[in-house]
Amino acid sequence: MSILITQFFNGLSLGSVMLLIALGLAITFGLMGVINMAHGELIMVGAYMTYVIQQMFAKYLPSSIDYYYFLAIPVAFFVSAFIGWGLEKWLIQYLYHRPLDSLLATWGVSLILQQIARSIFGAPNVAVLPPSWLEGGVNFAGIVFPYKRLFILLFVLVCMLILYFYLNKTPAGRRMRAVTLNRDMASCLGISSRKVDAYAFAIGSGFAGLAGCALTLLGPIGPTIGTYYIVDAFMVVILGGVGKLIGTIFGAFGIGLVSTLTEYSTSTTMAKVVIFAMIIAFLQWKPSGLVSVKTRSLD
Amino acid sequence: MKNKTWLYWLFFLALFTAPFYLTEFRLSLLGKFLCFAIIAVGISLIWGYTGILSLGHGVYFGLGAYCMAMYLKLEDSRGHLPDFMEWSGVEKLPWFWKPFENPLFAIFSAIIIPVLLAAFLSYFTFKNRIKGVYFSLLSQAVVVVFVTLFIGKQEWTGGTNGLTNFSTVFGFSLSSPLTQIVIYLLTVLLLCFIFIFSRWLTRSRFGRVLIAIRDSENRVRFLGFNTTTYKVFVYSLSAAFAGLAGVMFVLQVGLISPAMMGIIPSIEMVLWVAVGGRNSLIGAIIGAIATNSAKSFFSENYPDIWLLFLGGLFISIVMFLPNGLAGLYESFVQRKGRRERRKNEAGSHVSRSVS
Amino acid sequence: MKPVLMCREVLVDFAGFKALQGVNFEVYPNEVRFLIGPNGAGKTTLLDVICGKTRACGGKVIFFSHDITKLQEYKIVKLGISRKFQSPAIFHQLTVWENMELSLKQNRGLFAVLRAKMSTEDREKIVTLLKRIHLLDYAYQKAGALSHGQKQWLEIGMQLIQEPRLLLLDEPIAGMSGAEREKTGELIHEIALDCAVLIVEHDMDFVRRFSKQVTVMHEGKVLCEGTMEEIQQNEKVAEVYLGREEKAC
Repeated sequence: MSILITQFFNGLSLGSVMLLIALGLAITFGLMGVINMAHGELIMVGAYMTYVIQQMFAKYLPSSIDYYYFLAIPVAFFVSAFIGWGLEKWLIQYLYHRPLDSLLATWGVSLILQQIARSIFGAPNVAVLPPSWLEGGVNFAGIVFPYKRLFILLFVLVCMLILYFYLNKTPAGRRMRAVTLNRDMASCLGISSRKVDAYAFAIGSGFAGLAGCALTLLGPIGPTIGTYYIVDAFMVVILGGVGKLIGTIFGAFGIGLVSTLTEYSTSTTMAKVVIFAMIIAFLQWKPSGLVSVKTRSLD
Repeated sequence: MKNKTWLYWLFFLALFTAPFYLTEFRLSLLGKFLCFAIIAVGISLIWGYTGILSLGHGVYFGLGAYCMAMYLKLEDSRGHLPDFMEWSGVEKLPWFWKPFENPLFAIFSAIIIPVLLAAFLSYFTFKNRIKGVYFSLLSQAVVVVFVTLFIGKQEWTGGTNGLTNFSTVFGFSLSSPLTQIVIYLLTVLLLCFIFIFSRWLTRSRFGRVLIAIRDSENRVRFLGFNTTTYKVFVYSLSAAFAGLAGVMFVLQVGLISPAMMGIIPSIEMVLWVAVGGRNSLIGAIIGAIATNSAKSFFSENYPDIWLLFLGGLFISIVMFLPNGLAGLYESFVQRKGRRERRKNEAGSHVSRSVS
Repeated sequence: MKPVLMCREVLVDFAGFKALQGVNFEVYPNEVRFLIGPNGAGKTTLLDVICGKTRACGGKVIFFSHDITKLQEYKIVKLGISRKFQSPAIFHQLTVWENMELSLKQNRGLFAVLRAKMSTEDREKIVTLLKRIHLLDYAYQKAGALSHGQKQWLEIGMQLIQEPRLLLLDEPIAGMSGAEREKTGELIHEIALDCAVLIVEHDMDFVRRFSKQVTVMHEGKVLCEGTMEEIQQNEKVAEVYLGREEKAC
């Protein structure tokens, strides 16, 4: 029984990480339809920002080092969002109608960002010391739930709620949904789709930064951390169904749970192989993902 | 367009005579690049002509290379277990390694395994109408599956280090310059053959069907063509090219590892074609050679700049030169033609007004 | 006379929206049948079902003696149904000639196409047709460079060279000038000498001028059938369609 609960918890935890890395992509790829291969590097930027903030606290404010994380979160968000905004402004806006080309161009951006990170922080991985209040865990019925994992779960939940409210309850969010649903119609109604695109892309990129910030809790970070996560992130969004945030949630937790279960019976690498093979097979069966709408326009 | 054929012959002649004017080191580099050029021709067929962007050709290349490497490894071990298997505590040669003692079987499977995988994958994907970026991303997922598998099954594949330390092929020493020259010439011959074949394909009615699919696949379907068959065929064909390239690659470089078939090499393959011009076969060949020459130049001299350069290349090709070097050449020729025509017209105008 | 095409209780459902709710309908040999009806009546959807673009969730479509309800598009084309879409769907990157070459009636299997060569007979066929649609002078131009009307003609040409047994046309005269419309109308009747034609059209003048039999659709069902005069006198039709349309004009 306790093994089952631990496995379930591990699955949830992995799912929450998956969701976090895919959340930004669910906006930029899912809603806007932009293929941003540099999404992984925006995660990396967020992670390195957390590292920088932690280093600065260690140097100048060693007394309050426990609270560096609260500064790191907004910094990671805004720096990634800013880079994303620039990316949209100078590159992606010219490629909205050429998805395959935007894939290649953003891959180029990702290589550049990786090299910049390598030049500044060095090629080896660096470790970010998590705040001391996240050490340890709750002991419940003989099972230990680490605080870090619980924190990430909570973090994802908060991000989801904020995103939900932003999209559904604020005028800016509604404009964004209008543009993503029907670009031409929205601009006829007087919505500046250029502005909305830029904002949406910045927000999606910001969420990537948040993901990077959270990933520092789980292990050391390096310049290639983005490449490690990018394919997973895209798979989560595609599996869930492009254009549906709720699908992304299902996709993330589905992958998380299934992969911890497979891991339990095989090894970590085999679990990854099995999970990816399963996703590929699943998409053959249901090409539009877990959550989909049948529409009249096919092309 | 008129009579560029002699230029092609000149190009291949230059490649055939390269052993006379290149040092051994440069020749082996060029041989490696020509293997990449073979892959590039295949990618140009599927991406430039048919509009399918595959980010998974590293796998087909890798599978071809591993098949050949398995044979080379077994020949090197002379009846013993390959060294890496001993290190991982394997006692008996796995059953699927056995047939690779036969070189012909190895070469045959180096082509047929990539083809079967490509056909299997693309048949279902294309039949289910998964296309565009979704196909690209799925093909990337396939890369992840294979790379993880090859790293994870260290006792069968040599893990991260891959397969290396070969000594002979068909009993000839791989380190002798003569063998290397023969292998080089074989590579050129293969490239030449593949180029001519692909050129014939693209200029036939079949090639027009491919372009039509790129233009509007649905429309082709309503003309009564089963587009799935066409796409599966051309995709598998390009996988076969990649597998063959893998065979020649292992023979010349003497090493294959999962890092060479991963996500990054796979997308680099697409870049070669983009640099050369995606819908030009000769452009793809030149692009592969040029990009890789640049790569070896940079990584010999300024390793730090290479990634920046590569990234910048991706962006600038897409933004400013979507048809690559071939497109640049075409527009240059066109502009020259237009200028000459204008000059002629102006001339005739003048003469007319004079008379 | 046996019908070329028979639709029996055809149903189509788009996520709860019932685009077709049991359509019964026949087309007879060498007939030019017009399909009219207000927006959203399901005319284009019906064509989509016939040519296999949309799958029916109920009912049957019979073409001669073949049940084509569940066939793949290319197989339906092979049986002899060809379709012209609303917006000209031609291959912009290919020349006019190459567009025609691909549309030729031929074995469209992979290996047949790999071996295919242009025979003199095919060449003559293309030339004759290009003359007929007035595009011979443009044969070696990229199709993307043609004018809108020319593109429509090219597409009709591409349908004709397939030698279909049933031709589906979706608003063939949209974007054409008066003279071009006239020519298209005559061409359609010429075509009908060899095959049956089913046309969706909004332009009432055109329908009046070139129709014999007209089918009116409304809310996913066939409302009535008859000649244009009969239909104009039908009260139900006047209610849902003509009356409103006339007033709007």
